[in-house]
Amino acid sequence: MKALGIILAGGNSQRMRNLSEKRAISAMPIACSYRSIDFSLSNMTNSGIQTVAVLSQYNARSLNEHLNSAKWWNFGRKQGGLFLFTPTVTADNSWWYRGTADAMWQNIDFLKRRHEPYVVISSGDCVYKMDFAPVLEYHVQKQADITIVCARVPEDEDISRFGTVKIDGDGLVTDFEEKPMMAHSNIVSTGTYIIRRRKLIELLEQCNREGRYNFVTDILVRYKGMKKIYGWMLVDYWSNISTVESYYKTNMDFLKPEVQDFFFREQPTIYSKAADLPPAKFNVGSNVKNSLIGSGCIINSNVEGSVIFKRVFIGNNSTVKNSIILNGAYVGDNVHVENCIVESNETLLSDQNYIGENEIKVVFERQNRYGV
Amino acid sequence: MMHKEMIAMLLAGGQGSRLGVLTADVAKPAVAFGGKYRIIDFPLSNCINSGIDTVGVLTQYQPLALNQHIGIGIPWDLDRNDGGVSVLPPYEKSDNSEWYSGTANAIFQNLQYIDGYNPDYVLILSGDHIYKMDYEAMLDFHRQNQADVTLAVIPVPIEEAGRFGIVIADENRRITEFEEKPEHPRSNLASMGIYIFSWPQLREALVALKDQSNCDFGKHIIPYCHKKGERIFAFEFNGYWKDVGTLGSYWQANMELIDLIPEFNLYEEFWKIYTKQFLIEPSFLGTEAKVSKSIIGAGTRICGEVTNSVVSAGVVIEEGAVVRDSIIMKDTIIKKGCYIEKSIIAQDCEVGENTKIGVGEEAESKLNASIYCFGLATIGNKSIIPANVTIGKNTAIRGVTDESDYPDGALESGGYIIKAGDVA
Repeated sequence: MKALGIILAGGNSQRMRNLSEKRAISAMPIACSYRSIDFSLSNMTNSGIQTVAVLSQYNARSLNEHLNSAKWWNFGRKQGGLFLFTPTVTADNSWWYRGTADAMWQNIDFLKRRHEPYVVISSGDCVYKMDFAPVLEYHVQKQADITIVCARVPEDEDISRFGTVKIDGDGLVTDFEEKPMMAHSNIVSTGTYIIRRRKLIELLEQCNREGRYNFVTDILVRYKGMKKIYGWMLVDYWSNISTVESYYKTNMDFLKPEVQDFFFREQPTIYSKAADLPPAKFNVGSNVKNSLIGSGCIINSNVEGSVIFKRVFIGNNSTVKNSIILNGAYVGDNVHVENCIVESNETLLSDQNYIGENEIKVVFERQNRYGV
Repeated sequence: MMHKEMIAMLLAGGQGSRLGVLTADVAKPAVAFGGKYRIIDFPLSNCINSGIDTVGVLTQYQPLALNQHIGIGIPWDLDRNDGGVSVLPPYEKSDNSEWYSGTANAIFQNLQYIDGYNPDYVLILSGDHIYKMDYEAMLDFHRQNQADVTLAVIPVPIEEAGRFGIVIADENRRITEFEEKPEHPRSNLASMGIYIFSWPQLREALVALKDQSNCDFGKHIIPYCHKKGERIFAFEFNGYWKDVGTLGSYWQANMELIDLIPEFNLYEEFWKIYTKQFLIEPSFLGTEAKVSKSIIGAGTRICGEVTNSVVSAGVVIEEGAVVRDSIIMKDTIIKKGCYIEKSIIAQDCEVGENTKIGVGEEAESKLNASIYCFGLATIGNKSIIPANVTIGKNTAIRGVTDESDYPDGALESGGYIIKAGDVA
């Protein structure tokens, strides 16, 4: 494919509560086996993109570990490959990334030195599967300046955290509002864009000269009447995970057979870093219903309607219900967990209850596993 | 010139005919193990964990699955600029061309490969055991003793020693005598088929015995070195080591992984076993699922009942199906209402609805009573079993079968159906 990829993976969100204390949103574990960024990375490699830059600045340690080798996404190449760009001090610049456009502008040399005519920009906090090739074809055919991949969100979704888009019959974007208080459309931007590389360089430089740093508000919204901006509707599964509620819901979606089929069984595959874990082990007393269980888990008691990530231990006579237990957590004996997200490597000592009453409870207590 | 302290040569060309239909179309080292692994993963992982970064894998019998599994060695970090893993099949030569006719003959035919690395020591391994072993400790022992050859040995119960090649060593662990399957064993130290040779000595022996037919390490090379008076030592290994050469021992070794705290523990962080993971998805257990005392691989969908079993990646077990005391390999589908007991079902199989496998009284196998003698029903790769049939114990099935292959809807204990040839 004649495009390079940029994944904007910098973000933090207050609405992730303390889940983002440990990692950037792009490194959030999803559906036992993946990290959020795997979806954009896999979509890019599966679309034939050979060069991808990941732009990141917030708590990138976990993300860095995940991306320490590019080979799992077939990016271990001589031609192109995977680049992780965090802010650096240079002779004339010592800024953090001041926004998404600024993040790209600070790496403009990378953009200038590549030869691919187009750029696919996506974000690291979305769970989706799509082929960018037809979008690029559409972009070229419409002679668009920018093409935005859009999705229709369900009625019950909080639309004010998205950019809403109005599209006419031809696909032209007639209105774009970022995080409106009152939404006039339930079509939102998915944060995936296609743009000609030279055009992007030009817009980024213009933006920087004006002291503007945000790709959405300072480019998409500002130029919406002037530039030809088209929308492409994504009809398959798409979810943005950047609030605790949507993170919980997205993981729970994977309990549905149709979502499992789409991501786990239909080609192309979503790739992730190999974990080298043994298969999950179910001992006497285990009773698991309607749940996903990751590799390396050892289960001794009851699990229902839950997503249990990798290397989780669940002791005797405990119950985990409608909850998400992240990698490496330890649940002792006689523990009751309901409506919770248990942080990775947490220890839930025996004989305790963790119940989310009116909202999803994030269990983040840092108890000592080996003390007592 | 390239120089490596020690390289490993892994003998992976054998059929393993005692595994019956399981090795009809794959070499024994490529047979699945423990819900995720293949047998060859254990020696390969031991190599990289022991610091050996150059491994020649000698293939001959049905190498396709092995080739695909090994690739360029990425899962074991054996993709290297210098060394790494090389698959070494027999090849045509200008004067004569021959298959590998014995374990030592296979190494002899790859003298050039070994010479290219100019090693001090060569480690000879076979691809048919389940164990975790530090070959570096064995090398230290070899060097300390200034040995020419070191054999890894394991103590076995003296009453079983008659089934093994037994070594008799003096107080310094120097081997004085060998006994092959002795009637009255004088020692309980069994050879594990793992050797470290100082390369000049091995090279000399291989060349000296190049015209020996079926040249074998145990039968020819070691006795030759012994007769020459070379220093041969026994390195005692005391960990878990399991031969999975028969259907019974293969089944047993898989079942041992299910124990609450298994003797062979794959859940330890130390000394990981690596494998090519073709599926990374989690397993899904449906609302009707009942799973206990089992190991369940990645990407499985379990809606039935699984007890005391090892289920590999990608397997689907539908509603109402019951699987007990069995091994189900990857991507096999067990349809609704099946009952499966004490069976080994290989990969990519499909078992039709309401079929029963592994039921009834035991009877002697009509195909081969020395292979199918453990009361197991064994089903080879890519087999299809129709709905509503009953299959007994000590049975063997391979290929696409339909109702007409089962008179009165049954395959009696001891019966067999072999339909597929070498070419599908």
